[in-house]
Amino acid sequence: MTQSQAPLPHSSDDILLAVDDLARHFDVSRPWLNRLIERADRQTLKAVDGVSFSIRRGETLALVGESGCGKSTVARLIVGLYGLTRGQITFDGQDISQLAGKSGKQVAAIRQRFQMIFQDPFASLNPLWRVNTIIGEPLRLFRPQMSSADRHRRVGELLEQVGMSAADGYRYPHEFSGGQRQRISIARALANEPEFMVCDEPTSALDVSVQAQILNLMKDLQQEYGLTYLFISHDMAVVKHMADRIAVMYLGRIAEIAPADQLFSQPRHPYSRMLLDAVPSLDGSGKQRSMIEGEVPNPVHPPSGCAFHPRCPHAFERCQREIPGLIASTGGTQVACHAVEEGRL
Amino acid sequence: MSLTQNSAERPDTASQREDTTAVLSVRNLRVEFPNRHGTLVALDDISFDIAPGEILGVVGESGAGKSMTGNAVIQLLEPPGHIAAGEVRLSGERIDNLSEEDFVPLRGRRIGMIFQDPLTSLNPLFSIGDQLVETIRAHLPLNEKKARAKALDLLREVGIPAPETRLDSYPHQFSGGMRQRVVIALALAAEPELIIADEPTTALDVSVQAQILALLKKVCAERGAAVMLVTHDMGVIAETANRVAVMYAGRLIEIGPVDDVIQRPQHPYTEGLMASIPGLGARRERLYQIEGAMPRLAAIPSGCAFNPRCPHAADRCRQERPSLLATSQGQAACWLHDPVNPVARRPLQETSS
Amino acid sequence: MSQPATQHNKDDVMASPKPSKWQGFLDSDIVHSWKQQPVVIMATLMTLLMFMGALFAPWIAPQNPFDPGQLELIDAFTPPLTTSDFTGNFYLLGSDSQGRDVFSAILYGSRISLLVGFAAVFFALALGTALGLVAGFRGGWRDAIIMRIADVQLTFPSILLALLIFGVIRGFMPGSMHAEVAIIVLIIAIGLSDWVQYARAVRGATMVEKSKEYVQAARVIGLPDIKILFQHILPNVMRPVLVIGTIGLALAIIAEATLSFLGVGMPATQPSLGTLIRVGQDYMFSGEWWILFFPGVALLILALSVNLLGDWLRDVLNPKLR
Repeated sequence: MTQSQAPLPHSSDDILLAVDDLARHFDVSRPWLNRLIERADRQTLKAVDGVSFSIRRGETLALVGESGCGKSTVARLIVGLYGLTRGQITFDGQDISQLAGKSGKQVAAIRQRFQMIFQDPFASLNPLWRVNTIIGEPLRLFRPQMSSADRHRRVGELLEQVGMSAADGYRYPHEFSGGQRQRISIARALANEPEFMVCDEPTSALDVSVQAQILNLMKDLQQEYGLTYLFISHDMAVVKHMADRIAVMYLGRIAEIAPADQLFSQPRHPYSRMLLDAVPSLDGSGKQRSMIEGEVPNPVHPPSGCAFHPRCPHAFERCQREIPGLIASTGGTQVACHAVEEGRL
Repeated sequence: MSLTQNSAERPDTASQREDTTAVLSVRNLRVEFPNRHGTLVALDDISFDIAPGEILGVVGESGAGKSMTGNAVIQLLEPPGHIAAGEVRLSGERIDNLSEEDFVPLRGRRIGMIFQDPLTSLNPLFSIGDQLVETIRAHLPLNEKKARAKALDLLREVGIPAPETRLDSYPHQFSGGMRQRVVIALALAAEPELIIADEPTTALDVSVQAQILALLKKVCAERGAAVMLVTHDMGVIAETANRVAVMYAGRLIEIGPVDDVIQRPQHPYTEGLMASIPGLGARRERLYQIEGAMPRLAAIPSGCAFNPRCPHAADRCRQERPSLLATSQGQAACWLHDPVNPVARRPLQETSS
Repeated sequence: MSQPATQHNKDDVMASPKPSKWQGFLDSDIVHSWKQQPVVIMATLMTLLMFMGALFAPWIAPQNPFDPGQLELIDAFTPPLTTSDFTGNFYLLGSDSQGRDVFSAILYGSRISLLVGFAAVFFALALGTALGLVAGFRGGWRDAIIMRIADVQLTFPSILLALLIFGVIRGFMPGSMHAEVAIIVLIIAIGLSDWVQYARAVRGATMVEKSKEYVQAARVIGLPDIKILFQHILPNVMRPVLVIGTIGLALAIIAEATLSFLGVGMPATQPSLGTLIRVGQDYMFSGEWWILFFPGVALLILALSVNLLGDWLRDVLNPKLR
């Protein structure tokens, strides 16, 4: 599954999803009256600011980063939960940048081809609906001609596919544990046989033993249906287990995209290195994590130039001034770092 | 500073001390939640000690009772939960039977507390300095000026840059990591013997997590405070704790030196748990998975609570509950380690499908 | 159970025994909490009693107090528990200056009080829920306008507002219609003065539900907003609204009584509890205490019972307290 010698992005012809210069800014100003009285200016949060990547069919691309880096916003932009401020999203050759806000029949043809799995298994299922109704919802919408008996059968199949029993369909979400609810979420996402799944931290609310079950299930389903995943996580170890390629995000931009093996063996961007060093080691070598100085700055007031420069040991004058672009490096890696570009790193 | 060296020693020595020198000693603790359908046993027969300067990690999945153990020690169990049996001793002195009135002075003074969400531990309406000074003066006989000086020292000690300027800031003006540092400063203010840290880094990013854990480790070693570190994260335990106690369904199932438990877990549950954690090492196609889920408190199986999920389970495991049995390094509550007639170990399949 | 647990075994462990729906209800925490609180049981019984009395007034009441033909003027001011010397009628709670049986008047009066109360709450609830949903779901300028109106309205005491609305509506109508439409005008006045709390609660709850992932999941598949609102959000925000409604019912009954007491509500020909109290107060110091006393007690019991029930419902349904 893992390409050790991945071709450069955009050069492969079987690209399922491509995003180009994706940006989403949120207006986080105080209300109008407060601004007037406090003489405050409008404030913009650039949650995502110029993100480009592409995902090949059948591949898992992971977005990793700390809180506030914009990874969840990217996910929501792609599935059309937010409108774009700038940029373009292409799904299987079709421009879906204007998807947000469109609903119903006009976009059903495209919407039924991708799905999303959410982080919080306790909030992602309507508490008043039976599991049957929850999983059947996409079917009712996309296949209105399906008889209720057929739908019922399909829901039963789906439940069994995710390791539950068809009889569970008659119960309500509160009767299930977190892991089981996440299975129900997955069953709902699978209902309409999508090709592409956006998974927003699907296991970060789960216990490790349950996480293992869900990750295994997701891998099995990927193999069975040839699913393509955009997998979002803050956990480097989980990402390493799941992803073919990894994009490291920091404050709304991509710091580095690399094939998984490449990133873990040879991280190029100073931030990627720090993230890897910060993962606690379980091998018992007693090795201390190397310390990253400082914290992620407030994204409303990001540092100038390369947003990472205040925490970067290799920063110099140019980094404060100029925002680095993603530049292709060896082995299919792309890095946004002046130091790497200049060969100092 | 001898305490610093103390904590650097092999943790075994600490664990094998006499009970009387342990800062915290919990014996056969049982917590019950009576409800109208019967009585739920939330914690059953929990025993452990924490020596001065030692960090005991208490690890388990949600519902295992790890947080409840901490709450039982500081008598913050949610009603109708109560300690039904066993005893808790703080430096040899029994504290589980104290009334709320007598217990209040202990919290903060002799037992410091650090919780997951720093925002809930800090009062948003008071400046950091005021909160520190108030806490210090509530517990120590210092005047305002001296308390303020001590607050400054504390902030400096927990690594708040330019503490003079931050003393008058309010909690919302700090970042998450800085807030947790302040909470640690608050917990240390009265120089407690014991610190209970319940998921202190769960709300923080990995990079900040490392900073906070290093800080916790350092200040506790310097002061010789015992720490009970409650977390679900084995990684946190691995790099912070000296010993680790693994909990399952309200029971303590394995306890031992941290490296041994992580490298060579003796209880099949710990073993499965460790194998199910994705690592940064060689990539596996599938993770090991423990089938099923932890039982609810109302439906704990007879015998060993883990038996329905255990690959080695034998008839004995379904009937007889094992107590903590000595293993090569620590103790595990599993019949595999019965000195007389151990249950046979079946080979583990690497993957299950 | 000799095998390591499979997925299905796990489900067995997770499954609670499945009793029938009715048994499940009887065993629920709500019923359990109800059984444990004598005050709540009393409140329920009293509420039921008042409801029944109001509902079956025509069959229970010895006379129809709205029908002047049935009133015996000669029996005026008969004390309670007395049989009239003139007509031989028995007056359980006495009679008033018109010879109207106070007991019948209370039964019929609570009928009107309850009708106005329910209708006003329903009106306020529907209006408040609709506006709250729009404000919370759409946000932006709609939210700003609706909530600023609500804020302004909150600065007036609601009874004053009801008086104002009552007066304005009456002003637009010919005097001859006043008596006939009094009840509708009352309902609108009380409803309009009371929608704000529903709107606020619904708006808050809508904003919470809207950001929950099950709503986002529905958006991802492209479910139209209107369906998201009615299938997902509305049912999930109704719980707090219904609780406020229960407490609101007591308040609406009192508001109606207040308006009628002030003389702007129900006319004396169709007395509600408030009207009865207003009429009765004229005789308070002349010895005919029962004309005021019994309607007053009836109002107290009704409002108190409904309020206690509402409080209990709020506590038992509040997820934070469980």
